Amino acid sequence: MSEIALKRTSLYEEHVKLGGKMVPFAGYEMPVQYPTGIMAEHNWTREHAGLFDVSHMGQCFIESRSEYETVARALEKIVPADLHGLSPRQQRYSQLLAPDGGVLDDLMITRPDYDGHPGLLWIVVNASRKDHDFAHFRKHLPSDLEFHEAPELSLMALQGPKAEQVMSALAPEFAQLKFMGHGKGTISGVDVHVSRSGYTGEDGFEISVDAKAAPRLWATLLSDAEVKPIGLGARDSLRLEAGLCLYGHELDEPISPVEADLVWSIGKRRRTEGGFIGAERVLKELAEGPKRKRVGIKPEGRAPAREGTTVQDMTGRFIGTVTSGGFGPTVNGPVAMGYVETASSMPGTPVQLIVRDKTLPATIVKLPFVPNRFKR
Amino acid sequence: MSVKYTEEHEWITVAGDVATVGITQHAAEQLGDVVFVDLPAIGKKVEKGKDAAVVESVKAASDVYSPITGEIVEVNSAIVDEPSKVNSDPEGTAWFMKIRIADTSELDGMMNKAAYEKFLNK
Repeated sequence: MSEIALKRTSLYEEHVKLGGKMVPFAGYEMPVQYPTGIMAEHNWTREHAGLFDVSHMGQCFIESRSEYETVARALEKIVPADLHGLSPRQQRYSQLLAPDGGVLDDLMITRPDYDGHPGLLWIVVNASRKDHDFAHFRKHLPSDLEFHEAPELSLMALQGPKAEQVMSALAPEFAQLKFMGHGKGTISGVDVHVSRSGYTGEDGFEISVDAKAAPRLWATLLSDAEVKPIGLGARDSLRLEAGLCLYGHELDEPISPVEADLVWSIGKRRRTEGGFIGAERVLKELAEGPKRKRVGIKPEGRAPAREGTTVQDMTGRFIGTVTSGGFGPTVNGPVAMGYVETASSMPGTPVQLIVRDKTLPATIVKLPFVPNRFKR
Repeated sequence: MSVKYTEEHEWITVAGDVATVGITQHAAEQLGDVVFVDLPAIGKKVEKGKDAAVVESVKAASDVYSPITGEIVEVNSAIVDEPSKVNSDPEGTAWFMKIRIADTSELDGMMNKAAYEKFLNK
């Protein structure tokens, strides 16, 4: 196998010092777990607070020098979210769509409202899609807007029921934020941009910081006894239990946001007006219903059903496929998400899964598997 | 008889014509937290180098190969009921299966502990 040059985040040395097991992920060397293992890290995050390095994700800024409405209008052409309705210091989840309505990526859009920068948006996209997405922005945004990538910024997430208490001790003003709120300030003398969001289903914060200061902030956060470092393995099991989509699995170019059950993220005005790339399919599926839908799937017994597992109805007819599946430590059993024909997507519908040539009983269930504990 | 090891990270001990088979400490560490074990049926014929059992961690499923050709005579239901035993005692109480050996010459060429450790450090 040829050597692929993997990138490292500003926290690489910290992961190695902590005994992180480094693996290639989206072009980066990232910790899949630390010595305690995925199960312990998952449970720690659900009970205390986990600290995640997510610096591999793509941060960028889009700015209008004149006013907020200009940047909102431009970005609304490429995402289905309502950005005119996005208040200052608020964050919103959305997707980049292809002309045929398929999802090119999902992303977080924040309106920071900094002094002298009323038309600024901070955007975070997936690591595996950032080159694609940045090119997409350059292609589709009008030339009077400024676009710049922010590779100088690192990103870490503090997640779990003790995240607020940890943040209160360091920077009480951020502990006042509500879910999807955003602010800037300092943590132990380090300049940071903080949003109250995450990817675990727990309360928590995502903290954007200059890469040079990131190791110091990482150490400061870890010095609280409630905080432990968490790798990508537990990040995946946490988000799966929380029913959150992962690009390349629940989201991909053939899948629309309506099929993915992300209608809540499409602004109400936009569901009737359209006016974004991919709107034709989205509006049609909103009116007629999608052919297939993302669902939760709970296998009976102990055997996990992995990505790619065939889902059948009780007569043995193919109705869909598992897109993410594994073991949920909090559920203490196998959990999965996937796509099935809309007719079979109602929670409570019995289905069967084909795992290693065996037919395993399972049930379509409402997501999430573990109740979200966002601080609304 | 002493413990032998394979390049697929299984261990095997032999008593009479029956081999006891499990996965090595190294294999268990690489897998991480084991959450599910699927063992073959008693009486099943297994072949050297072919998959015989499945072990799943939080992240992934892995096949366990039979290090020897023969017939399954006993399986360890304790690791089905409590898969985490595979992490805590892989080379002891968390054995996987017992196989009646068809051809003892297949044992030739398996590694002893020293050779296996050398193989791991290669």
